[in-house]
Amino acid sequence: MNAGLRQTVAAVTFRDLLLAFRLRTDVLTLVFFFVIVVSLFPLGVGADPTLLRALGPGVIWVAALLASMLALGRLFADDFADGTLEQLVLAGEPLPLLALAKVFAHWITTGLPLVLLSPLLGLEFGLDAAALWVLAASLAIGTPVLSLIGAIGAALTLGVRGGGALTALLVLPLYVPALIFGAGAVAAAGQGLQFGGHLSVLGAMLFAALALAPWAISAAIRIALE
Amino acid sequence: MLEANEISCVRGNRKLFRHLSFGVGEGTALRIHGANGAGKTSLLRMIAGLSPIEEGRIAWFGKALAEAGDDYSRQLVFVGHANALKAYLSPCENLRLGLKVQGVVVSDNAVREVLEDEGLASVADMPVQRLSAGQQRRVALARTRFAASRKLWVLDEPFSSLDDEAIGRFSARLAQHVAGGGVVVYTTHQNVTIDAPSNFLELA
Repeated sequence: MNAGLRQTVAAVTFRDLLLAFRLRTDVLTLVFFFVIVVSLFPLGVGADPTLLRALGPGVIWVAALLASMLALGRLFADDFADGTLEQLVLAGEPLPLLALAKVFAHWITTGLPLVLLSPLLGLEFGLDAAALWVLAASLAIGTPVLSLIGAIGAALTLGVRGGGALTALLVLPLYVPALIFGAGAVAAAGQGLQFGGHLSVLGAMLFAALALAPWAISAAIRIALE
Repeated sequence: MLEANEISCVRGNRKLFRHLSFGVGEGTALRIHGANGAGKTSLLRMIAGLSPIEEGRIAWFGKALAEAGDDYSRQLVFVGHANALKAYLSPCENLRLGLKVQGVVVSDNAVREVLEDEGLASVADMPVQRLSAGQQRRVALARTRFAASRKLWVLDEPFSSLDDEAIGRFSARLAQHVAGGGVVVYTTHQNVTIDAPSNFLELA
């Protein structure tokens, strides 16, 4: 990576983080959404510990998935509307890497808080210590996958009326594999089974998404700007 | 140095312009005329490399834009309809980070000096959101102050929302850039003359 590219990537990341800091209520809203959705389940299904332990991994993962999808609206739409995206394309550096920088900043502000909070929420479902660790680990590997896949959907629906709902329709089915292996790992850990395989598959998804998603995002951005 | 050869632009099933050819040499400004909807913005976006050129060819120093790629982008300043400013960041932060994204590293002090020079010192640290439309435009145009080394400036309605004094100052800066061997391609509906060798292009 040459110096110019490094500077551009750093500036793109820093600008988005600074904006997220200025608009920190948005981040907090998202975090509370995650906490509340997860907390509704024990209230709704009752306090049967075995039932909760069985439900926990799936509920937390689905809530994380919804929260991360909810945040996609902010990823490119503002930049598209205010012209920043045009300047990004004209930066004279590879657009896929700049898109990756944006997704990274987005993950820091929308994915990482979910990872950090998840063990606390796991306690609500009576998950044991091993399962809590696996829960945090699976989300740490899985939420970047969600951000990367979601970014493709967000970029594809730029400038489309009702883009938010369309993004959900596009993206949610693609989230399914990550959900299966992420929640599966936690469930396996809860039952004292091997969970390494699940996490490995999730890790493979992350590398595949890292390698492929930036190019898809960059192509979608160029189409949107035509 | 900038040459368009037989380019056409079709939006949906509407032909905006067909078989358009023009050239601009070093030290020349090109003003694009045309009624609303004639395709001025579309043409500027093609020149900037944002829209694909479906028919014909635009070349920069004899190299087609697609081939020139990122090297071309680094020679270019594009100010579009939108100001490319983040509403929740200050003019200072916007300029510094926006320029850094473009590969131009400037110090905080340099940015402040330019903002003061542009009469924006009092709003330098306010969120851009709270600035008037004209002030926002001036912040966006202040980018050009750090881009004298970039040969080609492509400006879409740069004078919109500016007051007479700011128009005078910015047109003088454009003349200076052209005098230094630069190329300025712009559109405007305002009655502005740039004191520099100028070509005109009429989109019918």
